Amino acid sequence: MFESLSNKFAGAFSALRNKGRLKSGDLSDIANEIKLALLDSDVAISVAEAFVKQIEDRSLAVLDDVNKSTNPSQAIFNIVNEELTAILGGSARRIRLAKNPPTVILLTGLQGAGKTSLAGKLAKWLKDQGNTPILIASDLQRPNAVTQLQVVGESVGVPVFAPEPGNGVGDPIRVAKDGIKFAKDKLHNIVIVDTAGRLGIDQELMQQARDIRDAVNPDEVLYVVDAMVGQDAVRTAQAFLDGVGFDAVVLTKLDGDARGGAALSITQITGKPIMFAATGEKVSDFDLFYPDRLASRILGLGDIQTLAETAKSAMDAETTAKFEKKFIEGADFTLDDFLSQLEAMKKMGSMTKLLGMIPGANSGAIKKQLEQFDDNELIKTQSIVQSMTPIERNDPKVLNGSRRARIAKGSGRAVSDVNSLVDRFQAAQKMMRQMRTGKGGMQMPPGMQMPPGMAAPAISKPVQPPKKKSRSGNPAKRALES
Amino acid sequence: MGLFSRLIAKVKGESGSQISASDWQELERALIESDLGVKGVSEIIELAKKERGEDIESSLTSALSSWLSTNSRQLASNSDRLTTVMVVGVNGTGKTTSTAKLASLLNNDGAKVVLAAADTFRAAATEQLQTWGARLNLEVVAGPQNGDPASVAFNGAAAAKESNASYLIVDTAGRLHTKSDLMDELGKVRRVIEKLTPVDEVLLVVDATTGQNGINQAKIFAESVSVTGLILTKLDGSAKGGIALAIERETKIPIKFIGTGEGAGDFAAFDATTYLQGLFQA
Ligand SMILES: Nc1nc2c(ncn2[C@@H]2O[C@H](COP(=O)(O)OP(=O)(O)OP(=O)(O)O)[C@@H](O)[C@H]2O)c(=O)[nH]1
Ligand SMILES: [Mg+2]
Repeated sequence: MFESLSNKFAGAFSALRNKGRLKSGDLSDIANEIKLALLDSDVAISVAEAFVKQIEDRSLAVLDDVNKSTNPSQAIFNIVNEELTAILGGSARRIRLAKNPPTVILLTGLQGAGKTSLAGKLAKWLKDQGNTPILIASDLQRPNAVTQLQVVGESVGVPVFAPEPGNGVGDPIRVAKDGIKFAKDKLHNIVIVDTAGRLGIDQELMQQARDIRDAVNPDEVLYVVDAMVGQDAVRTAQAFLDGVGFDAVVLTKLDGDARGGAALSITQITGKPIMFAATGEKVSDFDLFYPDRLASRILGLGDIQTLAETAKSAMDAETTAKFEKKFIEGADFTLDDFLSQLEAMKKMGSMTKLLGMIPGANSGAIKKQLEQFDDNELIKTQSIVQSMTPIERNDPKVLNGSRRARIAKGSGRAVSDVNSLVDRFQAAQKMMRQMRTGKGGMQMPPGMQMPPGMAAPAISKPVQPPKKKSRSGNPAKRALES
Repeated sequence: MGLFSRLIAKVKGESGSQISASDWQELERALIESDLGVKGVSEIIELAKKERGEDIESSLTSALSSWLSTNSRQLASNSDRLTTVMVVGVNGTGKTTSTAKLASLLNNDGAKVVLAAADTFRAAATEQLQTWGARLNLEVVAGPQNGDPASVAFNGAAAAKESNASYLIVDTAGRLHTKSDLMDELGKVRRVIEKLTPVDEVLLVVDATTGQNGINQAKIFAESVSVTGLILTKLDGSAKGGIALAIERETKIPIKFIGTGEGAGDFAAFDATTYLQGLFQA
């Protein structure tokens, strides 16, 4: 349904290319296309408008250079990508540890944003770095939030301070305060306070959040937000900023297929950095935030890094190591490798979804192929490969007519299916060889993936030091006033 | 003053005055800010302009109404056998709470309801539903943590039939629609229940703050488990929940209930008029 920005660019520019040089009028057409794509990605309307204006101005200033470049479309696209990455990572920084421990981290956010799960992930992450965190169960509202935190704490080996049962019983401010004292006595160097979800417009609960904040005097207040949120993101973020204040943002549920444009709005409107990203339900699905990954995601360029990581996690370490070794040694990619990859793919999730994460895979011919390559096809392919002997899998060149007929019979498929698989495999094999010599692009035929694990190009840099200009305009405030 | 009251005051004040281009633009922004989706909003505005009624509010309402699904919004009910409802959705949308609220609504109408805690995955999800069960005085069928959710659902169905309940409501674990193994698992839960009794309703819980991703959620859940209705939650917040109307238009799945708070009573049958008005009342 949504056309990504990268597709829009392709379309807008193929029309322009015939016209030769770009004129300033062309730029405003492009700007409009960009705006629509940003809105489709859930960027707030005011933010999208301001952003597009900025792109237009910058492009206009360098229009001559753009026109001199061999690929003007790419030149402008690069400007967009750079600006986006700059905003997303502009004010980025690491967590601040207090001079006098414990460092107190307070989690806030809407109901269902993922605070409690995040508390566990953050605790584990900090613990893995040699800290001695403790969790405080101050969500006494949602039924069994306390139990949930206790279970999560236990699973990551972090103690949980939970003197009250919750389910509406107990005073969250008192728990938070006592928790800090407890943490000091027990010499924990970091305290993470989980709080109940609340609405931005709930004055009473916002007051409670302020009271908790004042009771624990946090070093970092983190605002936890679901990556799937839409236009309300700015209104609510502003309400939390005004209501309790926060120092940084954590994005959750980034393992889905939401574009995450709301994150752009939130950093832009509040000026607060995005610090962490949660990417799954396991306690280890948590990392620093990488602005360039989200930028390409918003642009619909595909999140190649996350794809590579998903692939890596779906394959067991041994298989991955085997692949990497083969690849480095220059050994050929065999049907056996192909089969293990298919199995890993199956574990990872829908094929079409996954391939959608590859840059370029969303456009034209590739997209069509993708749509045709459904998961049934995967099962079909798997059954064919499984009917081959080890020799055939290692060297498909031995596959003569009678062998193909046998395989077709064994797998209950048509000979033409076998033929088409062998053809596609050979194309993939060739591509693998090209990739090794650096000639191949990312656009592989469906089902013929690059070996997972080794495909992670070093395109992602962790957060960069501040470089951000502050921006004016606050539609969220306006909305609240009306 | 809300956007509409302002526009309407304007039209009334200056008799015969036209809605200006910038008024339309303002409306368009309000609708985009409700998460209806940018493409859809331009269509709505075009449609509303064509209506050209005296009253801009009614033109707009009727344009928006054209997106509403014509499928029934009534919850299924069978007089002669158990009615089974599955509650599904992505993480944190309000499935467990909605399960409890729906049970409470039905129970207040005098129906006997049994709950099944088929979220065996998330920490303390079972206990969360059990707490609700205790509050509402309802039977909750549960299984071991990390056990098979399908067998909990199956046991729930058996218990509900055994006790001659009118409704079985099955709470399921939150899952992102992109995880095909988890979507398969949901399909399995459904099939296993159907060994004992038909599944009459599959309600997809959509959080009102959801952006355009909601469309993908709905499509993929519908594909995996044939969703029969939506529950739109958290309408007590500042989000308008326009994505639900976009989903109706795209999938024809009707919104059946809305959630407006954290209490058992904060739940109601969907009312189109109120909802549509909420979308453009900035
Ligand atoms: N304000 C408000 N909060 C709600 C509403 N419905 C649910 N919630 C809250 O949202 C949070 C998540 O609700 P749950 O019912 O646990 O959500 P879930 O979908 O079962 O979550 P998972 O099982 O973890 O995927 C809780 O804090 C609920 O109290 C609603 O209509 N309005
Ligand atoms: Mg739940």
